[in-house]
Amino acid sequence: MKIIIDGKEIEFSPGQTIYQVAKSAGIHIPVLCHQEQVKPVGACRVCVVEIEGARSLMAACAMPAGDGMVVSTNTERVRNARRIIVEMLMTQGHHNCITCESSGDCVLQDLAYELGLDAPRFDGPATLLPGETGNEMIVRDMNKCVLCGLCVRACNEIQVNLVLDYIGRGSNSKVGPPFGQRYEESNCVFCGECLRVCPVGALYEKQGRFQGRTRDLEKVRTTCSYCGVGCQMDVRVKNGKIVKVTTDREGMPAPNFGSLCIKGRFGYDYVHHPERLTKPLIRRDGELKEASWDEAAGFVGEKLASIKQAHGADAIAGLSSARCTNEENYLFQKLLRAVVGTNNVDHCARL
Amino acid sequence: MAGLAASFGSGAMTNSITDLGQSDCFLITGSNTTENHPVIATVVKRAITQRGAKLILADPRNIELAKFATVHLRQKPGTDIAWINGLINIIIDEDLLDSKFVSERTENFEAVKEAVKKYTPEYVESITSIPGEDLIEAARLYAKAGAASILYAMGITQHITGTDAVKSLANLAMITGNIGKPGTGVNPLRGQNNVQGACDMGCLPGNFTAYLQVANEEHRRKFEDAWGVELNPNPGLTIPRIIEGAGAGTIKALLVMGENPMMSDPDLSHVEHCLSKLDLLVVQDIFLNETALLADVVLPSCTWAEKEGTFTNTERRVQMVRKAVSAPGEARNDWEILKLLANKMGAGWKYATAKDVMDEINNVTASYKGITYERIGKTGIQWPCPTLDHPGTPILHGITFTRGKGLFSVTEYVPAAEQTDEQFPFVLTTGRILYQYHTATMSRRSLGLVSRTPEAFVEIHPSDAKELGIKPGDEIEVSSRRGSITLKADVGKRVEKGVVFIPFHYSEAAVNRLTIAALDPVADIPEYKVCAVKLRKCA
Ligand code: SF4
Ligand code: SF4
Ligand code: SF4
Ligand code: FES
Repeated sequence: MKIIIDGKEIEFSPGQTIYQVAKSAGIHIPVLCHQEQVKPVGACRVCVVEIEGARSLMAACAMPAGDGMVVSTNTERVRNARRIIVEMLMTQGHHNCITCESSGDCVLQDLAYELGLDAPRFDGPATLLPGETGNEMIVRDMNKCVLCGLCVRACNEIQVNLVLDYIGRGSNSKVGPPFGQRYEESNCVFCGECLRVCPVGALYEKQGRFQGRTRDLEKVRTTCSYCGVGCQMDVRVKNGKIVKVTTDREGMPAPNFGSLCIKGRFGYDYVHHPERLTKPLIRRDGELKEASWDEAAGFVGEKLASIKQAHGADAIAGLSSARCTNEENYLFQKLLRAVVGTNNVDHCARL
Repeated sequence: MAGLAASFGSGAMTNSITDLGQSDCFLITGSNTTENHPVIATVVKRAITQRGAKLILADPRNIELAKFATVHLRQKPGTDIAWINGLINIIIDEDLLDSKFVSERTENFEAVKEAVKKYTPEYVESITSIPGEDLIEAARLYAKAGAASILYAMGITQHITGTDAVKSLANLAMITGNIGKPGTGVNPLRGQNNVQGACDMGCLPGNFTAYLQVANEEHRRKFEDAWGVELNPNPGLTIPRIIEGAGAGTIKALLVMGENPMMSDPDLSHVEHCLSKLDLLVVQDIFLNETALLADVVLPSCTWAEKEGTFTNTERRVQMVRKAVSAPGEARNDWEILKLLANKMGAGWKYATAKDVMDEINNVTASYKGITYERIGKTGIQWPCPTLDHPGTPILHGITFTRGKGLFSVTEYVPAAEQTDEQFPFVLTTGRILYQYHTATMSRRSLGLVSRTPEAFVEIHPSDAKELGIKPGDEIEVSSRRGSITLKADVGKRVEKGVVFIPFHYSEAAVNRLTIAALDPVADIPEYKVCAVKLRKCA
């Protein structure tokens, strides 16, 4: 089947939305309330497009592509519609980009810029809500919420933690845990999926606050160090310090496709804990005292050699670690087998 | 994972995490998945809520997943073989088995068929207290599902009969043909990030990499050639035997890399006694953990964020770990420390980077041959991956089992090593919680994680609490024949009457002071999941 978008003929398979087909062909349609892992709801209408023969503009994220459809994604009519929506969103809340954690990584900011909106034509709300900072993981700043509902759908459809929902109706409507509870009072397990998909600065990492904006941080793709799922994540670094752990809003690989749990997303700070060991220690007169690497390794080497000579290699054993890398585990058993000469090597798989 | 290896020829997860999403029915047992493998739990919960998949949960505790279960079998701790054999018996009895699969792909079915006959729903109920009709419903759900997947973890293996329980699960999958296809399988969920990798890399007393055998001359020769030395043909000792050996004076020196036996092993007072007898205890770690406190030499190592290398996840996927920050002070990579020690002993190792080590692994390990750093730059590859253009293997045992034919094994229910009595009337079972990790060396030094569960607790059923006059938050002394610990009461219906649960992460209330060092005879896995205790409210 074929569709024409902005004059370009594109093949598609049934079930694909106009947004998906356009994206596959490299045509940019902005989206705000849409993310690839949740069901499209067509709520924000930022993604509207013109379809030949249709009277009203259509939300590309929710509209299935049809055979022979002719679509325009960037006409003046489309841009005007988007402008009004974005201006409304900008004035519904307090979007103070100056100290916002998401500045430079914000869908709303990008849209306003892309659509050339100097200053919104509407007045902003009078009330400024206090930020919710009661837990160590996630801060909520509802002044910036654009009610896209992505956090609600991520919590329910991706993680299936069933914590977040819409509360109230119309202009009073809000998102959050039931009964107006704070995150820490609810059943929230702090997986941070809501934070990951939030397109603006309404949800952000508490420990990363003022530590460096996302776009200014180094990004190192790695594997979680906690459980056996092996989630892929990005460690974000500034000045040699981990500022936060993030996953891209879309396009993350198996096995977790961007989802993490509290340990992976928020459990990294042990790395910089003051109790980290920084020097080799040798027990002298009953106490562990600092030593040089050469001393410590020399001591171990000699002691192992003399035990091997006196009692045989099988008087020596090693416990390796399910937390170390493959390379380290490989060398560990090689050390015991090829250098010491024993097969007394095990790790805590059984524990 | 000796059980699965005996049945199928490989002890690893048969299917993949993503593939679980295609399952029509899950049997989850001994795995508190939402807390221990949270992201795998999301795949399961999505399949249930979005595709209508069914969940059979077999767990003594009323865990989070119970909310999503079609049937919840709450077996008495330590009775797994009984209910699994019960399911098999019902499936044979109601002729719900996949006879074609059984005859073409497996062997020894008749023996199992005979052996499970006595596990009638009534008999199973008398052992497990699972109502007969629930067992029948579970059997039908599992056997009639298009594709059914079994997930299990330490709750199955940490018993004296753990190996046999796993074989029973393998039997169950085989009689229904739920192996080698999408959405099926027998899937052990490995607890720590690189348990699979540590096993694959030969950190086992009887195996080289990829499970080649130390005692097999041909296999040994291969490594003698690769390493240029003569190798010891005698399989070594498992952890519990090593600790015992230390106590008995036959083991004189112990090297510990990133491990904490003074928290993780059963019957800790005994472990401490044994370790104190060593002539040399060397610990490589990132913190001065409970074991390091006893050491003669402590060597500071790096966290995952400070090094390059690979981890192999529970679905056999080898993935990159990359250096994000520098290590503090003089801390070094574990592989560099090992190189230093080896060279002090005259080995002459020349590895300059972790990649050099991986090159050697590729050369000596058939299943990792095609898994190079270049190839896993963007996404990991699942072993076996025998060549440089092989895409990896998401599902094992597709056309044949790794061992050829799937082997049915006869298993019998044996009561737990320690039964409750008048003096110790409660069953203690142990495990992990979402907010902490293993011996908590890392997670208890994380602000966010600590804020969620700052202290140790014991879960007690409300009616037991009432009888003993215990209120939520009371200090409770829990004692077994081996020791006692004091911690806060968490009264609730997550546990059944007569059972208490304690997470094992907290050193000030280390539950392994209570647990029993009874071992599964094949796998040497301690029976953490069952021992007898008594409770006393502290004044
Ligand atoms: S952190 Fe996770 S559980 Fe908590 S509200 Fe967000 S998505 Fe839901
Ligand atoms: S908090 Fe963020 S994700 Fe949730 S509705 Fe508001 S803007 Fe959308
Ligand atoms: S983020 Fe959570 S689920 Fe993923 S690997 Fe880490 S600990 Fe496991
Ligand atoms: S992105 Fe399409 S309606 Fe919001």
